[in-house]
Amino acid sequence: MQTITYREALNQALSEELERDENVFLMGEEVAEYDGAYKVSKGLLEAFGDRRIVDSPISELGFAGLGVGAAMVGLRPVIEFMTFNFSILALDQVINSAAKMLYMSGGQIPMPMVFRGPTGAALQLSAQHSQACETWYVHAPGIKLVTPGTPADAKGLLKASIRDNDPVAFMEGELLYNVKGEVPDVEDGDFVIPLGKADVKREGSDVSIITHGKMVHVALQAAKKLEKDGIEAEVLDLRTLRPLDVDAILETVRKTNRAVYLEEGWPYAGIGSQIVATIQEEAFDALDAPILRVTQADVPMPYAKRLEQMAKPDADRVVRACNRVLYRNGTGS
Amino acid sequence: MPETETMSPEEEVAEADLDRFDKDQLLGFLREMLLYRRFEEKAEEAYAIGKIGGFCHLHIGQEAVALGIIGPLREDDYVITAYRDHTQALAKGVDAVGVMAELYGKDTGTSRGKGGSMHIFDAEKGFMGGHGIVGGQVPLAAGIGFAIRYREEDRVCVCFMGDAAVNQGAFHEALNMAAVWKLPVLFVVENNEYGMGTAFSRVSALPVVERAQGLGVPAHHVDGQDLLATWTLTESLVEKIRNGEGPQYLDARTYRFKGHSMSDPVSGTYRSKEEVESKVRERDPITILRNRLFEEGMLDEEGLKAMDTEVRKEVDEAAQAADDAPFPADEELYTHVYSEINEHGRLFFDGRDREDD
Repeated sequence: MQTITYREALNQALSEELERDENVFLMGEEVAEYDGAYKVSKGLLEAFGDRRIVDSPISELGFAGLGVGAAMVGLRPVIEFMTFNFSILALDQVINSAAKMLYMSGGQIPMPMVFRGPTGAALQLSAQHSQACETWYVHAPGIKLVTPGTPADAKGLLKASIRDNDPVAFMEGELLYNVKGEVPDVEDGDFVIPLGKADVKREGSDVSIITHGKMVHVALQAAKKLEKDGIEAEVLDLRTLRPLDVDAILETVRKTNRAVYLEEGWPYAGIGSQIVATIQEEAFDALDAPILRVTQADVPMPYAKRLEQMAKPDADRVVRACNRVLYRNGTGS
Repeated sequence: MPETETMSPEEEVAEADLDRFDKDQLLGFLREMLLYRRFEEKAEEAYAIGKIGGFCHLHIGQEAVALGIIGPLREDDYVITAYRDHTQALAKGVDAVGVMAELYGKDTGTSRGKGGSMHIFDAEKGFMGGHGIVGGQVPLAAGIGFAIRYREEDRVCVCFMGDAAVNQGAFHEALNMAAVWKLPVLFVVENNEYGMGTAFSRVSALPVVERAQGLGVPAHHVDGQDLLATWTLTESLVEKIRNGEGPQYLDARTYRFKGHSMSDPVSGTYRSKEEVESKVRERDPITILRNRLFEEGMLDEEGLKAMDTEVRKEVDEAAQAADDAPFPADEELYTHVYSEINEHGRLFFDGRDREDD
């Protein structure tokens, strides 16, 4: 095992896939000469040249569409959005072109491409630079959505996403890039994690905290706090939101009979809405309490530090939600 | 619409020389355009009796743009276009039976009945669709051009769009990238003067031909009702592109003889009946070519009639085949959403697979 950052894990995945398949290329703002706005593509220009590592103009709609066009004739583009906030400009190409191409061509034109970059808030970047974009993407059939929370998941899932023949939105996190973790050594062979498999990040028997992406770490913090109170929380990391590992969700709910969904985004039509619907449709009898959701406050992200802190979901909020579904008066923090 | 400025002299088209084409070729051109016309008329008929539904945008009046630009291409070149796409598909060699069956929503249609009129695709023929969002196909064309260059091929991608598309951001972003990376794309504006019911000049400060120069793409214009002029200019532009000179932009001036789509009037509040009638009388691309062939003694009324009977028969047969073909099976609802069905996770969330539980 190597201990590397989330950023390095992504860089390894890109590098290995570029090496493996001549059809893979990386395009986006600042990906080449600048080494990536978040340095995810560091060194790739030097290694692969400007034919395959391509700096784009600031034209999200344009270069997302260019990626779709290249995929239409068999290349495997990796389109980097500096952040998914900016990809809202590109949604026409993502939804109307990438997601629907295979269907409206009657199966003739697959879309083997990846849109990747960070989603969600960092620190004090305020409203337009701090939003979780999962819902925009997961809503449309035809797209797959991957949200790794750890370095190992980042590497294994990015490699799987690049090899997938459908359009994959791959959402990272600005605050995750420096997170370190164990990842299998390069020498130990191809490390690929298949899409559609959730991962139990912590076993527990009393309550399930189901989550994805960056919030895995918040869930684990909450579980630690609950442990002090004698509560064993299970943390289920969905890892991919479409395809969704429904079996794993039902399994943890049947085990603990109580669930909290934790996500970084807004509640209305958020990922949690779908998870709650799925659980109540398919495991209603297993529930001992209503499922609660912990989300961002239902407001645009404020700038002021204290307000921003209040707006974000945090471990204390998760602890309180867990206590509520356990019908107990916990300390809350 | 105001008369546009002429371009620099070297970009002017020489009067298309009839001698460049032999008689068989010229007769073939006329037959091909007649086929497009009769095909669209048949679609109109089928729409009127409910065999075709949804939006259906006819190309009647604009046939010379389809043939004059796609005709000179190689088989392995690509064409991508907007939603007024039937005749362009035919021009790229897509089977008329497949296109008609798609309009009828049949399983034998080019997109297995899942695309319809606006989404004709034939990847094998290099016909990359039929796209429904104005200007949305323009970045896709840049991507196809990018892939051609990436693979060091000498293919060309032609991207059609209506005049209204030049006011979309996608147009500007795509042309800029095409210019900066010298992508092998011919951007063709089918300038029929109206974006649906809005005259181009009412919503645009500059004429169509001037919209590409600021982005670094050489611009040209042509009388899109004159097949031979369009063909001749296209040949020279495609040659430049194939030689690695980068993208070119062509304002092909044409006119739509029918309404924007089948549900719209031919004329009315936005353009007068007189305007349409005079265009049909004086600017019909089929009549223009026919008259030249008559003048040259290459064709007479009888020959024309025989040709027309032949293409009508072809179109009737396509419609009959479409009518006879089966609709897609119910199971097809869920195919082609994803090309890889995931063995671990769920991809569809409507719960219909559990309705019988």
